[in-house]
Amino acid sequence: WVTFGGVNMSGGTRLENANPVIFQRSGERLLTATDEDEDVHDPIDDREIFDILSINDPEHPLSLEELNVVEQVRVKVSDAESTVGIEFTPTIPHCSMATLIGLSIKVKLLRSLPDRFKIDVHITPGTHASEEAVNKQLADKERVAAALENSSLLEVVNQCLSTRSI
Amino acid sequence: MAADSALLLSLVEEYVSGLQDSKAKDTAKGVKDGQFTVLQLVEALGLSLTSSQPHTRARGVQLLSEVLQECYGGLTEREVEVLIAFYENRLKDHYVITPPVLQGLRALTKCTVLPPGSAVSMLRSLFQDVHVQSLMLAERACVYHMLINLMETREAELKGLGADFVFGFVQSMDGERDPRNLLLAFQVAKNIIHRGYDLGKFTEELFEVTSCYFPINFTPPPNDPHSITREELVQMLRDVLAGTPQFAEFLLPLIIEKLDSDVLSAKLDSLQTLTACVSQYEHKDLAEFLEGLWVSLRREVFQTSSEKIESAGLAALTALTSCLSRSVLNSDSEDSLCTFLDLVLKDCRHHLCEPDLKLVWPSAKLLQAACSASSRASHIITSAVMPSLIEQYNSKTECSHRRTLLEVVQRFIQSVKTCQSSENEESVFLAFRPSLCSMVFSALTETNASLQITATSVLTSLAQQTGLLLDSDIELAVDHLTRLLLTEEDNRVSLAVVECVGALAELHPAAFIAKLIPRLKKEMFTEHMDQDNNREASEQQSLQAVRQRCMSALAAMSTQPGVVQESTPVLLEVLSSAHTGSVGFSVEEVVAACHSLQRIAEQVQDTEETGRCFHDVIIPRLLSLALQAALQGEGSSGCRSPLLEEVVLSAMVPVISTSCSRLQPTLAGQTALKAVSLFLDGDVSFLPDNSFPSHIGLLKKQQGDSWSQSQMVCLLMGCVCSLPRSVEVPQMDQLLSQLEEMSCTCSHPLSYTSAAKCFAGLVNKRAQGDSLDSLIQSTMKRVCSELDSASSSLRIQAFTHMIWVAKALLLRYHPLFTALTDKLFSLLDDADLGPMAADGFSLLMSDSPDVLNRGCHADVRIMYRQRFFSENSAKLVQGFNAAPQEKKPNYLKALSNIVNKLPKQVQVTELPALLSLLLEALSCPDRGVQLSTLSCLEPVLVDPPPALIQQLEALVGRLLPLTSSPSMNVRIASLRCIHAVSLFPVHEVLPFRARVLRALARPLDDKKRLVRIEAVQARAEWFLLGSPGGR
Repeated sequence: WVTFGGVNMSGGTRLENANPVIFQRSGERLLTATDEDEDVHDPIDDREIFDILSINDPEHPLSLEELNVVEQVRVKVSDAESTVGIEFTPTIPHCSMATLIGLSIKVKLLRSLPDRFKIDVHITPGTHASEEAVNKQLADKERVAAALENSSLLEVVNQCLSTRSI
Repeated sequence: MAADSALLLSLVEEYVSGLQDSKAKDTAKGVKDGQFTVLQLVEALGLSLTSSQPHTRARGVQLLSEVLQECYGGLTEREVEVLIAFYENRLKDHYVITPPVLQGLRALTKCTVLPPGSAVSMLRSLFQDVHVQSLMLAERACVYHMLINLMETREAELKGLGADFVFGFVQSMDGERDPRNLLLAFQVAKNIIHRGYDLGKFTEELFEVTSCYFPINFTPPPNDPHSITREELVQMLRDVLAGTPQFAEFLLPLIIEKLDSDVLSAKLDSLQTLTACVSQYEHKDLAEFLEGLWVSLRREVFQTSSEKIESAGLAALTALTSCLSRSVLNSDSEDSLCTFLDLVLKDCRHHLCEPDLKLVWPSAKLLQAACSASSRASHIITSAVMPSLIEQYNSKTECSHRRTLLEVVQRFIQSVKTCQSSENEESVFLAFRPSLCSMVFSALTETNASLQITATSVLTSLAQQTGLLLDSDIELAVDHLTRLLLTEEDNRVSLAVVECVGALAELHPAAFIAKLIPRLKKEMFTEHMDQDNNREASEQQSLQAVRQRCMSALAAMSTQPGVVQESTPVLLEVLSSAHTGSVGFSVEEVVAACHSLQRIAEQVQDTEETGRCFHDVIIPRLLSLALQAALQGEGSSGCRSPLLEEVVLSAMVPVISTSCSRLQPTLAGQTALKAVSLFLDGDVSFLPDNSFPSHIGLLKKQQGDSWSQSQMVCLLMGCVCSLPRSVEVPQMDQLLSQLEEMSCTCSHPLSYTSAAKCFAGLVNKRAQGDSLDSLIQSTMKRVCSELDSASSSLRIQAFTHMIWVAKALLLRYHPLFTALTDKLFSLLDDADLGPMAADGFSLLMSDSPDVLNRGCHADVRIMYRQRFFSENSAKLVQGFNAAPQEKKPNYLKALSNIVNKLPKQVQVTELPALLSLLLEALSCPDRGVQLSTLSCLEPVLVDPPPALIQQLEALVGRLLPLTSSPSMNVRIASLRCIHAVSLFPVHEVLPFRARVLRALARPLDDKKRLVRIEAVQARAEWFLLGSPGGR
């Protein structure tokens, strides 16, 4: 997996986008009466997936939501058909972290969703220079599995998925 | 005398040559008792003090110093003078002698009879002859203590030393490294600064020698016996650095430099120090650094990495602005506030106008922080910002943009609220009033819910600006609010509208009395013309919703007595119309009316006027309506009054009890008198609509199984059990005996339970003494005999009575309580009452909402739960071990009922002992037991005791199956526990990783979202366990 391996993961490197635009965090999901009703079946919906994705950007101490990398409108889920589709938008068109962000999203969903789901993660069309290549890598099961065998890569992914400490 | 001097000589000999340290104590005792004087001691020491061996001399001085430490209080001025001269001279001696010399000098600095001039001479010698930083830790501390002592008592003298004193101190502390000594040294520095010592030309030196520790980087070693915290050091140093404007020119550049740091705590400390120091500064101290400070502050807020830093940065900006606003201007100097705010505006204002609203929030927060600093600042900023915000708002069409702008405006109004000091000052928003009002009113007419909600809070803030809104604005606001109340279906919007109504009515009651109340009343009592069955269900639903909103609006607006006079009659009319059937109100609506009355009783100001309204009008009316309904009887169910329903009566109780507990005790006493005579003697004279029969016996046994009258006892409870303890309950004995009779013999659950609660409420407040004891004993006897006869049909009543009396006694630590506990324990083995007894423990340990709580002025001792637990937990464990298998669940349930209600910190300490029992309880099939056990376990898992780690296999093995329990609350609680277990020491839990991950796959597909959320979080943590980059 060349692209993943090519990412410079040592700490203290210069940030590519040191001054990103920050977006207001959306509030907590409001609890409704049906949420607490034992008998009602709550389908897995877009917002739920979106909340699962409140993960950190590898470059910034901010969540992907605050950087607008992941938006709720770009999350599409169908509980009945067991499919999830995510479009994510790298902060800048040449962001070298794009594959890593995509991988983190994919891993987070693999860990958080029932087996039955087919998970599709790709870049929002027209927002990244090497969109196609990245999408192809993310869609390839074998390559994702191989990437996660790489312990330094897994380390960065896990760091993104750790709950923030500040 | 000769004997004494021989004794002294031998003491000295044994101390100096014999190296027996304990002799110092004996010598000091001798001096204190007057056996010998200090002078005699010096004479006796003669040889040792002049010895050629430095170590002998040191030993001699040490004995003298140790004695002085004990006896400095008894010295005369002459003696002190001689001793000081001696010690000063000894400072020049061999270095091994210095430590005892310093000890002696420190003792002398505590003398009250210090001769004039001696403080100065002592310090001169000290600074001249001793290099403090080459001394050991304890001796350095000694020096700082001397300085602190002398500063307390000889301030004038030390100030006479001028800058030499400061210089001496600077040299002494230069290079200090020990945190204990630093605290002392900072104390000295703080005294120098705050008590006005002359820093002379050593200002920069004093700053250097202290500021080199900034920002403090200190982590106390584990198990530190001195327990010095980082916070103490930070605060002390901050007091020094921020203490004087003379440091400004050095401190401000340092702060700017440290703000660049990557360390969060350094940033935070710098911002807080900045906030602290500018409170002492004037604009001229700041002038040359303003630009640098602004650049740093702006960066911290624009690129914030944590909310703490952001809010500290904003606080610093506010402090800075308020410092600039405070300063008096010279005619020739420029207005530094204006200059500074120009900088702020230049960098922030344009972000408010960007079409895509990027960075709008950080900019707005900065502007608002500056705005809240002073009224001048708020004038400058609002006049620069508001026009463009309003223009932006009017030019935007997207609701989300409009909402953001409205929220920004809202924060501006609120930030100004905090700084407006004088009442008569006119609002800074006066010029923008028309456009702000039209902005709010137009937002209120939008269809977007969050826009409407934001608009209501802007409206509230505008109304809170004194003198801003005109009467016509308020009237228009009331019209808008009315429309929303009557038509808006969205729950969140109506909640916000009701809240806004409450806030506005408090400030402008007249408009609400004149317009809103009559309108709401009209809507509530309007019934749709077609009363037939063909009325649409949805229409009925929307009528119900309108009524509910009207009633909560009536409650929300009733804080001023004038409003209460108008709003409560409407609510009472709901009850009476429902009773007579003249207007059809559902049971839920009647209950809502009661809730509104209750809320009013809770929030209204306690004045004579409102007291009369509740005690003379509302309570008699409630009792009268309830009695009318009761006398009509259960009748044919078709035309039964809703006021007979248990939910309605239970909703009336808190109206009565809140009035009696918090409004006008004298009037409450009269209400109690009337209520008791109504229930005991059938006296109906105080009730309105008086057409009642003459013989009413509400507490008497009714014919047949009629319960309509007996259940009214709950209203009596609401009244007599909530009185302040200073108010006497009339006819107490008779009342108690009739209540007991009803409680033990009545067959209607609401009636006998209410009678038991009422009885218990009175017992709880009754004065200690024989009459109370005999009352309890006779009750006990009656209850026990009933409980002991297995065939009795009144066992449940007897049990209910007992458990409530037990609660009344437990709360006040009454000694007879133990007899009741024993009975309760024995009932855990009872075939019929066992489960009920187990539930009884929950009743004992929890607050009951309507009686026996602090709101009702009950006698509730602190920590009664802990006490109950510590006295009874062992009994429970024993009982559990001895009980036959089928009875064990009762014990587990009782235990988890008790433990669950204990404060968390007690649970954490007590649980390890009960661990095996609790683990057992997890596999008990009762879901209530499972849930309460899980909620006990969860806090303990945060910091797991070793005993728990040893039982990990049992714990995990029991938790995992609970994740597929039929009860969602059990599933959620067990997942939280499993999450907590993942944070145990890695090597302990790693072996369980694969098993847990497998088990957690299933709850990821749970049908309830709340369960899935917990499962996702727990599983994520377990994945990180033992994985690179994880944990």
